Amino acid sequence: MPGPVKRSRRFTPTYNPATMKRLLRLLRLLPLLAGTLSLLGGPALAQMRIDVSGVGATQLPIAIAGFVNDARAPQDIAAVVRSDLARSGAFRVIDPQQTLSDTAPVDFAALRTRGADTFVAGSVAKLADGRYDIRYRLYDAVKQAPIAGESLVAPEADLRLAGHRIADAIIEKLTGEKGVFSTRIAFVSKQGNRFRLNVADWDGENVQSPLVSPEPIISPSWSPDGGRLAYVSFEQKKPVVYVHTLATGQRVAVANFKGSNSAPAWSPDGRTLAVALTLNGLSQIYLINAADGANARRLTTSNAIDTEPVFSPDGRTLYFTSDRGGSPQIYRMPASGGDATRVTFGSSYNVSPRVSPDGRNLAFLTRRDGRYFVGLKDLGPGGNETVLTDSGQEESPSFAPNGRWIMYATQQGGRDSLMATSVDGRVKQRLSSSLGDIREPSWGPFLR
Amino acid sequence: MTRRPFATLAALATALALAACSSAVKLDDPAPVENRGAGAAGSAGGAAGGASGAPIGSERPIAQVTVDPSKDPLNDPNSPLSKRSIYFDFDSFTIKDEFRGVVEAHAKYLVANKTRKVVIQGNTDERGSREYNLALGQKRSEAVRRALASLGVADAQIEAVSFGEEKPKSTGSDESAFAENRRADLAYQ
Repeated sequence: MPGPVKRSRRFTPTYNPATMKRLLRLLRLLPLLAGTLSLLGGPALAQMRIDVSGVGATQLPIAIAGFVNDARAPQDIAAVVRSDLARSGAFRVIDPQQTLSDTAPVDFAALRTRGADTFVAGSVAKLADGRYDIRYRLYDAVKQAPIAGESLVAPEADLRLAGHRIADAIIEKLTGEKGVFSTRIAFVSKQGNRFRLNVADWDGENVQSPLVSPEPIISPSWSPDGGRLAYVSFEQKKPVVYVHTLATGQRVAVANFKGSNSAPAWSPDGRTLAVALTLNGLSQIYLINAADGANARRLTTSNAIDTEPVFSPDGRTLYFTSDRGGSPQIYRMPASGGDATRVTFGSSYNVSPRVSPDGRNLAFLTRRDGRYFVGLKDLGPGGNETVLTDSGQEESPSFAPNGRWIMYATQQGGRDSLMATSVDGRVKQRLSSSLGDIREPSWGPFLR
Repeated sequence: MTRRPFATLAALATALALAACSSAVKLDDPAPVENRGAGAAGSAGGAAGGASGAPIGSERPIAQVTVDPSKDPLNDPNSPLSKRSIYFDFDSFTIKDEFRGVVEAHAKYLVANKTRKVVIQGNTDERGSREYNLALGQKRSEAVRRALASLGVADAQIEAVSFGEEKPKSTGSDESAFAENRRADLAYQ
């Protein structure tokens, strides 16, 4: 879906990488901030709440002024940028207690006193056609010079997205990490006997529900282009796999065979779905055409359960869960068919494989002493399996498209909630919701 | 300030896409109920009187039939057919001896009533992966399906499906709730 339009780059960056590296090295020496940083996210009507705990290995001190908003735009864009950067764990966000336009002179000495190494100012203006022109400038407060800036044009409905885009540009400029603030997540909520498939901004704000049903919905999975969701719905009193086009609401039951149909996973080219079908008794893995479900061909042939397929990013390998060896473990096999080899060994229950976007790591669900955690395995030779989470009621890990975060379902106070952890395990974010139980997170792709 | 036409077009596309996004598909409109087929509706048998002579009104006799659901052995609370749930032990997918009689009764009924169809719904407790639990629930329903098939029930009469952990009978998180949910249900269509 198109977002705000990047219109012009207004500055030639004077950013010096050597200076920044020196700055980063200095920051690493700073003592780590302990404790919990709690943030109330977004506008007053927000349905979600995020609590962040822990901090990254380094934290860049950044001051973000209020954006001059003569247009009275109904969204505090600077607040979106602040909360995105704070939640990333990579920034210590300083509120400079001022509102400053991108073109106004900056009092760098005062910012340095407050500990800021970088600074953001900006403005929001209304255009004649009703859209908004959002401008910001990012300064190196040490060098006292602008290092980036941009003008974005967005309709009112996309003002939050404009803030996310600015945060993406800032984190990429200052850390080299590609931001995921403008990506979306899908998840399922259950309130009473009503199930909703939801799509929201990465921070859980801006929730829309493309599907509402009296029957369960599980296993949402984003198409690689971000325009469709495959999922399992029980609306026909049995599990059936649908592909749902978000912009139109069009739904196609792509796998509705006798028995159970589940666990859809997209091939990287978006043309094929791997699914679990039960045409010959127990769950086995098949490939079908994503558009219409045609051309079903069986990929695994075992006398055991084979399910939860997922493609490697290059599309050549399929990871899946199987109990062919006596306990449920993750296996891999060529996506064109062939022999499967076992991947996980660290426990008697390792399921729900998810491959990182660079193909190097595997996130999965692992049972230890009767409790369920998100595990991470280096897929290189001899890579160990580590445990990333600690509450013990985890499910359904999902990688962010930059590979830096894993979102998963867990429980809090007897309710299903969502959490995200940085892959180094240092920063965790909890999303709680007024939507009731929230579960089955699936992190969407980068938007192009 | 000049505005690029591309920007305007893209914004228009955004607006259209957003307008389309807000249309949620609702699934809770109840399906209309159709009353079709022979099943329950009474077949009015004519009871002709055999008397000679011609009493007034006797040319239009009407014999009343009262539908009695308890006559269908499926609805007889004393029949083993009234039992529709088969419970399994933890991590087990074999039908315990105490449920053999139930399975045999349903097999006999389905063999005798070739038009009846049954869906076997497998269930699990809530622990672990939802998709793996769906496959485990299928393993339970499949065990019952095989038992029925081995007793002569036609494949076309049976479908084994799984609800996994999604439709728990008991919503607690203790062992008695878990045991209640390790179950396959027979749902006649």
